[in-house]
Amino acid sequence: MRVTFTLNGRETHADVAPGATLMELLRGQGTVSVKDGCARGDCGSCAVLLDGRAVTACLLFAGQVEGRRLTTAEGLADEVGLHPLQQALLEAGGVQCGFCTPGILMAAKELLDREPAPTHQQIRVGLAGNLCRCTGYTKIVEGVHDAAAMLASTRPHAGAEGSDDD
Amino acid sequence: MTEKLEVVGHSERRVDGSSLVTGKPVFVADLPERSGTLYLALKTSPHAHARIRSIDTSRAEALDGVALVLTHENTPDKRYTTAGQGYPEPSPHDARMFDSKVRFVGDRVAVVAADTIETARAALELIEVDYEPLEPVLSIDAALAEDAPLVHDEPCPDAWRPEENIAAYSEAAAGDADAGLAASHTTVDVTVETHYGQHAPIEPHVVSSYLDEHDRLVLVSSTQVPFHARRIIAHLLEVPVHRIRVIKPRIGGGFGVKQEVLIEDLLALTTLRTGRPATMIYSREQEFHASRTRHPMRIRVRLGAGADGVLQAIDMDVLSNTGAYGTHSLTVLSNVGSKTLPLYNLAPDVRFVGRAVYTNLPVGGAYRGYGATQGQYAMEVAIDQLAEALQMDPLELRSINHIRTGGTSPIFRELGEGREGVEQTISSCELPACIEIGADRIGWATKRGRRHRDGSWVHGIGMSVHMQGSGIPLIDMASASIKLNDDGSINLTVGATDLGTGSDTVLGQIAAEVLGLPLSKVIVTSSDTDLTPFDVGAYASSTTYVSGRAVQRAAEDVRGQLTAAAAEMLQADPVELELGGERVTAPDGNSVTLEKIALRALYGTNQHQIAATASAVPESSPPPFIASFAEVAVDTDTGRIRVVDYVVAADCGTAVNPKLAEGQIEGAVANGIGYALSEDLAIDAQGRARGIDFGRYKIPATLDLPQIETILVDSYDPTGPMGAKSIAEIGINAPLPTIANAVHDATGIWLTESPFTAERVWRALRALDGQPT
Repeated sequence: MRVTFTLNGRETHADVAPGATLMELLRGQGTVSVKDGCARGDCGSCAVLLDGRAVTACLLFAGQVEGRRLTTAEGLADEVGLHPLQQALLEAGGVQCGFCTPGILMAAKELLDREPAPTHQQIRVGLAGNLCRCTGYTKIVEGVHDAAAMLASTRPHAGAEGSDDD
Repeated sequence: MTEKLEVVGHSERRVDGSSLVTGKPVFVADLPERSGTLYLALKTSPHAHARIRSIDTSRAEALDGVALVLTHENTPDKRYTTAGQGYPEPSPHDARMFDSKVRFVGDRVAVVAADTIETARAALELIEVDYEPLEPVLSIDAALAEDAPLVHDEPCPDAWRPEENIAAYSEAAAGDADAGLAASHTTVDVTVETHYGQHAPIEPHVVSSYLDEHDRLVLVSSTQVPFHARRIIAHLLEVPVHRIRVIKPRIGGGFGVKQEVLIEDLLALTTLRTGRPATMIYSREQEFHASRTRHPMRIRVRLGAGADGVLQAIDMDVLSNTGAYGTHSLTVLSNVGSKTLPLYNLAPDVRFVGRAVYTNLPVGGAYRGYGATQGQYAMEVAIDQLAEALQMDPLELRSINHIRTGGTSPIFRELGEGREGVEQTISSCELPACIEIGADRIGWATKRGRRHRDGSWVHGIGMSVHMQGSGIPLIDMASASIKLNDDGSINLTVGATDLGTGSDTVLGQIAAEVLGLPLSKVIVTSSDTDLTPFDVGAYASSTTYVSGRAVQRAAEDVRGQLTAAAAEMLQADPVELELGGERVTAPDGNSVTLEKIALRALYGTNQHQIAATASAVPESSPPPFIASFAEVAVDTDTGRIRVVDYVVAADCGTAVNPKLAEGQIEGAVANGIGYALSEDLAIDAQGRARGIDFGRYKIPATLDLPQIETILVDSYDPTGPMGAKSIAEIGINAPLPTIANAVHDATGIWLTESPFTAERVWRALRALDGQPT
């Protein structure tokens, strides 16, 4: 069957088997930031943004994205450079092996789009579905917190909406 | 230390960072698929112990799309070990690629290679196996029982006593432990039992293989040990080493489980037999039940001390369960003692005896901590019990007894990696500062012994201290090559294996520092047996200390060549020249850039390639030290433990990259907290692991952990590259005893069996109250 969707801003067509998962579809056409860590929705390594919401691509059928908008880690950076989340995660030391990182970025992106100045606890809740075995999360939480500050300082009319440390 | 450092000691961004955060295809499974690739699927044993009477693969082979079926009937029967260690491997050679006997649930039975993974899996179902079930050995006690069934009833010449189910034995002694205990004012006697843990890297084992244009075998593997993998595969399949190339791209975590040559043989043989590319990825379930684990152990520690708290005697008796095969059985066992006993070096009477037994259970292997995790759990709980018996502050008892700079221990000499060790004197130890800083930060003085209550939750504070090593002395070897390019940049090629730790970055920083370059001018290439010089690989906390020294030496050699060339250009005495800021400067202020030096050497006068290769073999293994502190809350209604606060103060010598060093501690502690509280393979009565997915094998997520804090104390080890020691493993040893000691502070119970599940805690609380459990 044929599926048409928007992938990182570009209209995309793909032919897939009816039972194929979104993870199989995306990896199959080269979007390999979508990682297969468990294939049952436990680890979050395959998280993508579906119409702005972080979902695990291993638990969706490819057919479910017909007509919808997908964002992956490949779509975060632009021609100017890395997205503040990518920069901040690197600067904070929140990337070790990097296998879980694309999924973490997606969950964090959804969080910051929804809550531009999250507390550490809100960040932890936002990333609760993403497993990382390397970092212990401390520096990931700090990185997302820093990214929020970076985004606030570049956003027009950001005002003084600082974020709480906890 | 006096050197002023420009790159080392700074938290430089990792050299592989951009590719990782943008999702570039840098992991094995992300690389473009080669046409004609075969997909491998593995059939594993449903029995803990059985003989294969017959195996019929004809229906599987007849299935359209199946290229090859491998079983014990058509594969080499050579004995080998999957443990990726130096040569000769110290682990018993007790495994075959496939065997006519299966020894644990998850043992290999057959592999199918087919055009698609679906076909390969379908073919597995068509393989008919007639098993003769044998009585399984499902515990340490069962293994040691008289008339126990033998896990290895075939000849295993280098196992210790396979006829008694003993894979490995280790002992060491100084003084007279029995006499020392008898003469002591106060003694304690503690036995702990640890359980099966699994590394759970988020990227499972994955290997791809193909023949290159010269028909050489290429293995692209998520491995910590590319050079050992090449050697072991060459030996097993009788292919010359020069016909094999192993490449490690980025790897998604290892923690020791990828120090195992676990599936490379299957890919290699498939490609050699068929001439076709092949690939295999372990499923998450296979990663749990058909991979490697942390050896479960029963450890008895007896301590004797004077009334002043000074230790007189330490007696440690270890029973390790190595499972069906003895991978790392001897070396993990000896590390239980060698990485634990020297920490308390005042005791003159010390004895260590360890046995590793075969069972029909999952296979032990290398796992971050490597025996120190189990040994230090026993020791650090025993130290807290001794403090209680002596009515001393546990901080004070440790401060009286722990090893210091200039100190030594007979254990360094007596107990090495499965053989005699290497005498050494501690060249740096900032543990006193670690204890003081950590205690201050956690609030030891105000919170310890208070048992603050919040509803049904009661709070407690605990701590423990730890050591590890930095590489394996007089065994490990690392090497590095550097060459200068036209623009003054360098290529740094190292055999060292970055498994996500950031070692490419750390090694690049060391080269940059020596050569006065920014890290951006260092192009790091690592872990390719064709292109990079030899390195034993990523294990034993060796990379920064051993590989870092090789890099430093190669860079110093290149620095000498640069200043010699610059001396000719500047008409100056080379010894007066300064290298820094990408140029060489003479005392009169004249200077030449590295670019000018490079252009002259490559194209101008006295043409040659400025380059060097250097090696390093460590003569000692200076331990890093940490003091670990936690505040826990225990729900007295349910027994649940929550870690409220966790602080580690660490002495790793110079932290080459502080953020990466902190990350090593935080990640290791998180893994250790998971192992202490929730991670369990949970073996059932038939020997099957039940914790075979992330739902049932619960590794910590964000909401299970506090914001773990790492404090790197000032330290400098004179034997390390720019003062550096190791940091990667030590943190994982801490949570078991730190949490156990904190729970004791909160409740009065001693947790001597892991994991510390709510049920176990609840029962212990009931028992303490004299209620039925």
